[in-house]
Amino acid sequence: MFGKLSLDAIPYHEPIVMVTIAMIALGGIALIGAITYFRKWTYLWTEWLTSVDHKKIGVMYIIVAMVMLLRGFADAIMMRTQLAMATGGGEGYLPPEHYDQIFTAHGVIMIIFMAMPFFTGLMNIVLPLQIGARDVAFPFLNSLSFWLLVSGVALVNISLGVGEFAKTGWVAYPPLAGIQYSPGVGVDYYIWALQISGLGTTLTGVNFLATVLKMRAPGMKLMDMPIFTWTCTWANILIVASFPILTATLALLTVDRYLDFHIFTNELGGNPMMYVNLFWAWGHPEVYILILPAFGVFSEVISTFTGKRLFGHKSMIYASGAISVLGFGVWLHHFFTMGSGASVNTFFGLATMLISIPTGVKLFNWLFTIYQGRLRFTAPVCWTLGFMITFSIGGMTGVLLAVPGADFVLHNSLFVIAHFHNVIIGGAVFGYIAGFAFWFPKAFGFTLNEKWGKAAFWFWISGFYVAFMPLYALGFMGMTRRLNSSTNPAWEPYLYVAVIGAVLILFGIACQLIQLYVSIRDRKQNMDVTGDPWNAHTLEWSTSSPPPFYNFATLPVNAGLDAFTEAKRDGSAYKAPAKYSAIHMPNNTATGVWMGALITVFGFAMIWHIWWLVVASLVGTIAVFVAHAARDDQGYMVPAEEVARIEGERLKAMGLATGSPVHGARVESFERV
Amino acid sequence: MSSHVLNADAAHGHDHGHEEHHDSGPMTVFGFWLYLMTDCILFASIFAAFGVLSNNFAGGPSGHDIFELNYVLGETALLLFSSITFGFAMLAMYKGNKNGVLAWLAITFLLGLGFIVMEVNEFHLLVSEGFGPQRSGFLSGFFALVGTHGLHVTGGLIWMAVMMYQINKKGITATNKTRMSCLSLFWHFLDVVWICVFTVVYLLGVL
Repeated sequence: MFGKLSLDAIPYHEPIVMVTIAMIALGGIALIGAITYFRKWTYLWTEWLTSVDHKKIGVMYIIVAMVMLLRGFADAIMMRTQLAMATGGGEGYLPPEHYDQIFTAHGVIMIIFMAMPFFTGLMNIVLPLQIGARDVAFPFLNSLSFWLLVSGVALVNISLGVGEFAKTGWVAYPPLAGIQYSPGVGVDYYIWALQISGLGTTLTGVNFLATVLKMRAPGMKLMDMPIFTWTCTWANILIVASFPILTATLALLTVDRYLDFHIFTNELGGNPMMYVNLFWAWGHPEVYILILPAFGVFSEVISTFTGKRLFGHKSMIYASGAISVLGFGVWLHHFFTMGSGASVNTFFGLATMLISIPTGVKLFNWLFTIYQGRLRFTAPVCWTLGFMITFSIGGMTGVLLAVPGADFVLHNSLFVIAHFHNVIIGGAVFGYIAGFAFWFPKAFGFTLNEKWGKAAFWFWISGFYVAFMPLYALGFMGMTRRLNSSTNPAWEPYLYVAVIGAVLILFGIACQLIQLYVSIRDRKQNMDVTGDPWNAHTLEWSTSSPPPFYNFATLPVNAGLDAFTEAKRDGSAYKAPAKYSAIHMPNNTATGVWMGALITVFGFAMIWHIWWLVVASLVGTIAVFVAHAARDDQGYMVPAEEVARIEGERLKAMGLATGSPVHGARVESFERV
Repeated sequence: MSSHVLNADAAHGHDHGHEEHHDSGPMTVFGFWLYLMTDCILFASIFAAFGVLSNNFAGGPSGHDIFELNYVLGETALLLFSSITFGFAMLAMYKGNKNGVLAWLAITFLLGLGFIVMEVNEFHLLVSEGFGPQRSGFLSGFFALVGTHGLHVTGGLIWMAVMMYQINKKGITATNKTRMSCLSLFWHFLDVVWICVFTVVYLLGVL
């Protein structure tokens, strides 16, 4: 009846896990209680959960990302304290089978359930606005993608209390991840969480590619799209080209585990190294999916806060393209030690080093943008400058690792850990946080508190260096990754320093939470009435903050590069059109929620071998979709009078703001470059 | 599932007058093309895996020992003819001939079903002879690749059944036309993939 599932699956004997579950349960009950007490269920359901509005879906993505950041960081600080305690004969407080689940969960969560939704959230909020569109190409599909991600998140979190998570590391290499060496459900949780959320990511890639290719404002040329939209577009091309490889690879691992296939096994003609190749054929493009949008954020931030046009807009687009294409030809550098021979290793080593050239182009573009500009030191700028320094260091250690000879010494050591945290934290995460601060007023209508934002930055960046520079040294000293204890006295001081760094990052995260609280409390003083709090260049700033649900009352026509700056200069910004016309919008739908819920049940049933439930949930998912399609929902029209009313209110509120000399002066002082 | 979800709503983001019709068809078909490219990469990955495993017989049978080309040729014929009959369904749709569409779809459905039945029968025979995927890396790759194609065809059949119901109920509407275009692309795509399977797995396998 319940497959492999029984009450033994709940880890009663692990106090750490049980306390965590109790805290999550209490938090959940408090949240549900609060929503019920304030009678917000209807609001939540109709305005958010069933929404197909890209801006609201984007906000929900970022909320999920931040919650998972907390979960992933809890894993991180547990690992660092364990390693600091388990030295010189100490055992620490985490037994090996628990510690192994923690480092696996940390990697999976931070990549798949923190970084990916954070990037997807920013792209959702910003991209359609930047190209002057009213929504994405397929709004329902967008909602479904989000709920597929939530489904994966749910499975990862369920694994905490029911059963176990994988103990294989986030890459889940067979034969360790095969049924023989991982007979439990941990790897199955891994497989289905990644498979389901990965499907959502693929659909997101398709959706946003169709959006930029088919939904740009009339007359907007591809090369005139803002740089963030461009870097997201490259990331989407990478998604569409690489995520199917992950889907196929996980499916093959699944049949190995479920149906006794011999694709990645050690015996009867299976080939475990093929998994490693396939995994990284997805995995390497994946890291560029994470970093390219962050590059886009930095470009927007730098060009906005210097008040200049981005230096080398076209070269930035081509450099991103070069990184995307080259990113598909370097996967073997993750396993030079496989023994492919000198020629193959040389090819992949050189291909890897080549990537530093377009990346260098970008760095110089940012530097030349700052050159002779008047940089305003806001929080997003701090993150950007921190990135430029930190990422350069990470890039150099990457080029070092790209030398096959050096890699034979450093493979699987903490040097590798230090390197990829260097580029992912110092690149992707800094970028997302900068983007969060930059576009927060656009999404919510008020700016974030600068003081707490800068405090968060200083804790994060100093914490990063204190936590990870010792890891570079430890790598050179021979400490391998995924150890849960050590006996080498020479390593001890470095491990102690690293835990201090983790605590500093904890303070950074605390500052971010305080920043959110303070900003919401003081929002009345920090309202963004104009819709353009930074005096920025691109179309998303031309509409109100937050934008009306239809984004633009009239679509921008012939928007060129830095279209909003041009409009402010020639005086066409903030002008009401002669007449408004009706706007076509899609209806909200609960189909995505239901399909996500049923697919979660499907994944859970697959994990625990509850076959009747597998069939029932799969049939249910298809039925819900067919019923949705059968409705032939064509959306609705917003009457012109309603548009006129909403726009009228905005212009009235703005009349006060734009009349102020400060704003006028700011537009005047804009430097033409 | 993913093959079905692209029949999204009508176009928005264009200024419409009250009396204008929403023509979302081209964008949906374009999106579906993009989806098909992802599916293409999925198949490419499994083809690559099959290629790596294709000589790992582990003491078990090779393709030469187990494939019956005449039988597979029969399967292939069914699938290829079903692509032609789908073409006739599309022609009938452009002429506005609802009964024609339904009839040609029904024939296509039966041909596709025949293909699946033959494939399942082939799998059944292999497994009962002890040549299931558990036997060797080669057989694992074979079942994974051919099975993935078979699952796609099965998905296409379910979609086709729903399509016939929809057309019977609502006629040849703009939405149904778009969906037929997508299904048609999907069906022809599976044909192309099958030609690759036939060549790489069966023809090269019996050499």
